[in-house]
Amino acid sequence: MDPFYPLQLLADWLTYSVFGLDKASRLGLSVDFFLFDVPKVLILLAVVIFFVAIIRSFFSPEKTRKFLSHSKLYGGNIAAALLGIVTPFCSCSAVPLFIGFVESGVPLGVTFSFLVASPMINEIAIILLFGLFGWKITALYIVSGLVIAITSGIIIGKLGLESWVEEYVYQIRMGDGGELAEQTWPEKLTYARDYVGEIVGKVWPYVVVGIGIGAVMHGYIPNDFLVKYAGPGNPFAVPIAVLVGVPLYSNAAGVIPLVSVLVEKGMAMGTVLAFMMAVVGLSLPEAIILRKVLKPRLIAVYFGINAVGIMAIGYLFNAVLR
Amino acid sequence: MIIKVLGSGCANCQKLEALANKAVAELGLDAQILKVTDYPEIMAYGVMSTPALVIDEKLVLAGRVPSYDEVVTLLKRSAQ
Repeated sequence: MDPFYPLQLLADWLTYSVFGLDKASRLGLSVDFFLFDVPKVLILLAVVIFFVAIIRSFFSPEKTRKFLSHSKLYGGNIAAALLGIVTPFCSCSAVPLFIGFVESGVPLGVTFSFLVASPMINEIAIILLFGLFGWKITALYIVSGLVIAITSGIIIGKLGLESWVEEYVYQIRMGDGGELAEQTWPEKLTYARDYVGEIVGKVWPYVVVGIGIGAVMHGYIPNDFLVKYAGPGNPFAVPIAVLVGVPLYSNAAGVIPLVSVLVEKGMAMGTVLAFMMAVVGLSLPEAIILRKVLKPRLIAVYFGINAVGIMAIGYLFNAVLR
Repeated sequence: MIIKVLGSGCANCQKLEALANKAVAELGLDAQILKVTDYPEIMAYGVMSTPALVIDEKLVLAGRVPSYDEVVTLLKRSAQ
């Protein structure tokens, strides 16, 4: 049984009995959609963020760095992409993380696999994709993200772009902070609870607005309306989706509920995946932060390879998922 | 006691600094709180993820904003 079925009953009851809206009316459809999706998405977010916080407490950038130092091309890239998913890391720490990796002998290409995977395979995106599209699309999303992270790291490694890193990075020597005391279980639980409050507190307005727009479209726009513009037949849909996704960085929580409606109205699945990846993986703020350690040429290569990879995934799935 | 908050000035670093200020005031500690924003200096403490907390030159926390209670515990432990 669908665990969210009681929520559906509640939304139906509110819409059709309490508000007295007609079951066949457009307004009724929109209101019902909104009242069901908002609590569903917020509950999904809260539950999964809690467990993500617990899992992440067993990993740290310092441990990941130790594990990856002196790793080799290929194997190192795969390990780095996988560790990028679970290692707690926010883009505001991108600079010390980059310096720390380079200083301890993590190859440049392996470092980039980590930097690409970490934001791209984003826990909020995974939860929402799972809740709104099911496990197949979620699995495709994770595998595609890993493939892009691994290959772009391998390409950057093969190109030998070490001289495109700012020189001062190679002069910094890291101290030894010693072992930090491991968090106790009560501390882990408190931290996870606070983290849920912090994240849900930050993203809920985006969720409500995203679902609100989605609800209006759900009720008022005919199905298959977007097939002509964003369906598999339009070759420009993928690059346009990627361009639109870049400035929406970090608003995955608001974007995904909206996207689920775009699919219902005829947007092709590959285009949707490319859009999602652009939203979370191509971050202008992170590029600006990384300018402190990378020369502009290397930032351009990093962004360019990522964008090309994301578009390739979009076209591939548009061709395959019919 | 010298407390250093390591971080490039991001929102989380400011939160940690506020927590440290509050805890110092509440515990009545004779402590000085300094902000360290310079990357080479941050990295000299072996820190890769900010914000981080250093008490009397010893790293006690890195990579997350702790709860207020945890900051109090850390300060008490170092004060002894």
